Amino acid sequence: MDRGLVIGGVIFAFLLAMPVLLPIVGAEYLTGLLIKAMLLAIAAISLDLIIGHGGMVSLGHAAFIGVGAYTTAIGLQSGIEEIFVLLAITLGATGAIALVTGILALRTSGVYFLMITLAFGQMIYFTLTSLAAYGGDDGLTLWSLATLFGSDIVQDGRGLFFFVFAALLLTWIGVWRVSQSRFGRVLRAARDNPQRAEVMGYPVARYQLIAYVIAACIAGVSGLLLVQYAEFVSPSIAAWQRSGDLIVAIVLGGLGSRNGALLGAFFIVIMEEFLSSFLHEWRLIYGPLLVLLVLFAKGGLNDLLQPTSREAS
Amino acid sequence: MLAIENLNKSFGALRVTRDVSLSVSRGQCHAVIGPNGAGKTTLIHQISGVLRQDSGRVLLGERDVSHLSVWERAQAGLGRTFQITSVLPTFSVQENVATALQAKTGSSLRFFAPAADEAALNDRAQTILSRVGLADRTDLPAGNLSHGELRLLEIAIALAGSPKFLLLDEPMAGLGKTESMALIDLLNDLRADFPILLVEHDMDAVFQLADALSVLVDGEIIATGAPSEVRENPQARAAYLGDGA
Repeated sequence: MDRGLVIGGVIFAFLLAMPVLLPIVGAEYLTGLLIKAMLLAIAAISLDLIIGHGGMVSLGHAAFIGVGAYTTAIGLQSGIEEIFVLLAITLGATGAIALVTGILALRTSGVYFLMITLAFGQMIYFTLTSLAAYGGDDGLTLWSLATLFGSDIVQDGRGLFFFVFAALLLTWIGVWRVSQSRFGRVLRAARDNPQRAEVMGYPVARYQLIAYVIAACIAGVSGLLLVQYAEFVSPSIAAWQRSGDLIVAIVLGGLGSRNGALLGAFFIVIMEEFLSSFLHEWRLIYGPLLVLLVLFAKGGLNDLLQPTSREAS
Repeated sequence: MLAIENLNKSFGALRVTRDVSLSVSRGQCHAVIGPNGAGKTTLIHQISGVLRQDSGRVLLGERDVSHLSVWERAQAGLGRTFQITSVLPTFSVQENVATALQAKTGSSLRFFAPAADEAALNDRAQTILSRVGLADRTDLPAGNLSHGELRLLEIAIALAGSPKFLLLDEPMAGLGKTESMALIDLLNDLRADFPILLVEHDMDAVFQLADALSVLVDGEIIATGAPSEVRENPQARAAYLGDGA
């Protein structure tokens, strides 16, 4: 049995048990915390497709969360409430923006790719702050939320928890399958040695662009769910610092591994919550902790749990 | 099979390829030799599409590939190895070859089925690895191979693209005596199936493998012909071969 699959399975089983367990322990607020962690994990897993498997370090990924969130918020404001309709619009909007920015960004690589994705990300961020009709800098509180086939079951509590859980599970399975597919193999080959992949007969940039668009679309979905959870949207979710957080999550968890992004995202959210609960200057501990982890666990948390296998190849 | 017609290339004022023409026919191994900086690698880059020529044409069979990109030329049947070994280091030896096979076998826009489970690709990769003598290295990460093994893996990768033509950039570089001899045997064996353009410094290898030889000096072919003729050519001797050759 594949150890990565087992570890992932345990995490998901644990999540699934939460809504049942939490009311017993009497800690409802933890549901919210876990939803936050799951949303971060969805975005982190999608970013890992392009960074971990694709070798394209983007510093503009959070902007796609922003595009997804604002598309959803604007959709809701315009009276569209069915969640799958909002999902379709969100995928269309993030996909289209990713396609255009990706074509331009992928003319570069390495640190230039990082800079250009940062630039596009900031452009999107400032565009969002200028949307005066939708709250500008201050953001926008949503008075109506998305419905699932007309029912309000996905608006809060367990319904929303399970909906986010399903999205995370699909992302976790889907991104890993993609990374191990024929397509993913070409993507990983291009990460390892783009020139070699090209000489093998692959139009490398095309594969990278497809991966970039897929990753952006998934980030867009996490934006949609974020609106549904927070009942509020503001440009800060698209800021480049948020992209940095996502990179920290996947590096910490282990790049290009089955559970790395998942573990990293949960670790970050839980540590933040835990450390900040007893120490105002919690970053004083958090920072050195990150340094230690990166120094002494090169393969990230995933490698600590799964020391021998470097299955991502 | 491969023909180069009046190829020219300059970097600023420096003319690195001057009016180079040569052709390699089926069953032939054509070697290009020349001192360092003669423009051998630049020539290879123009043939494989890494660099675009200023003028002239590259023909693969009947097809003009001069304006195709690197990957299009690979798809058209041009296989190449690099002077500095170029493989996929985190992939297993078998997956290196399977990835090259995949480029010529069906669409790579398949997003869900695990590629590593494709028996057809793996079996063919294994056959190719046996041919170059790496059958017992299958599952090792390519990054763990010795230098000599990497050179063999590069040839395996090139073969996996079912090329019409092989472009080998100093395959002997850095090999020990026994390894070179094994590689010469392998290339002699491959020559029957694939016409080869060989850029090489190792004169023993060149004289054992080549049916035809061109001497490149300052971007220009100063002598071309059968190895025995070129060996007697005074210009070529002066420029490159030296008295010992």
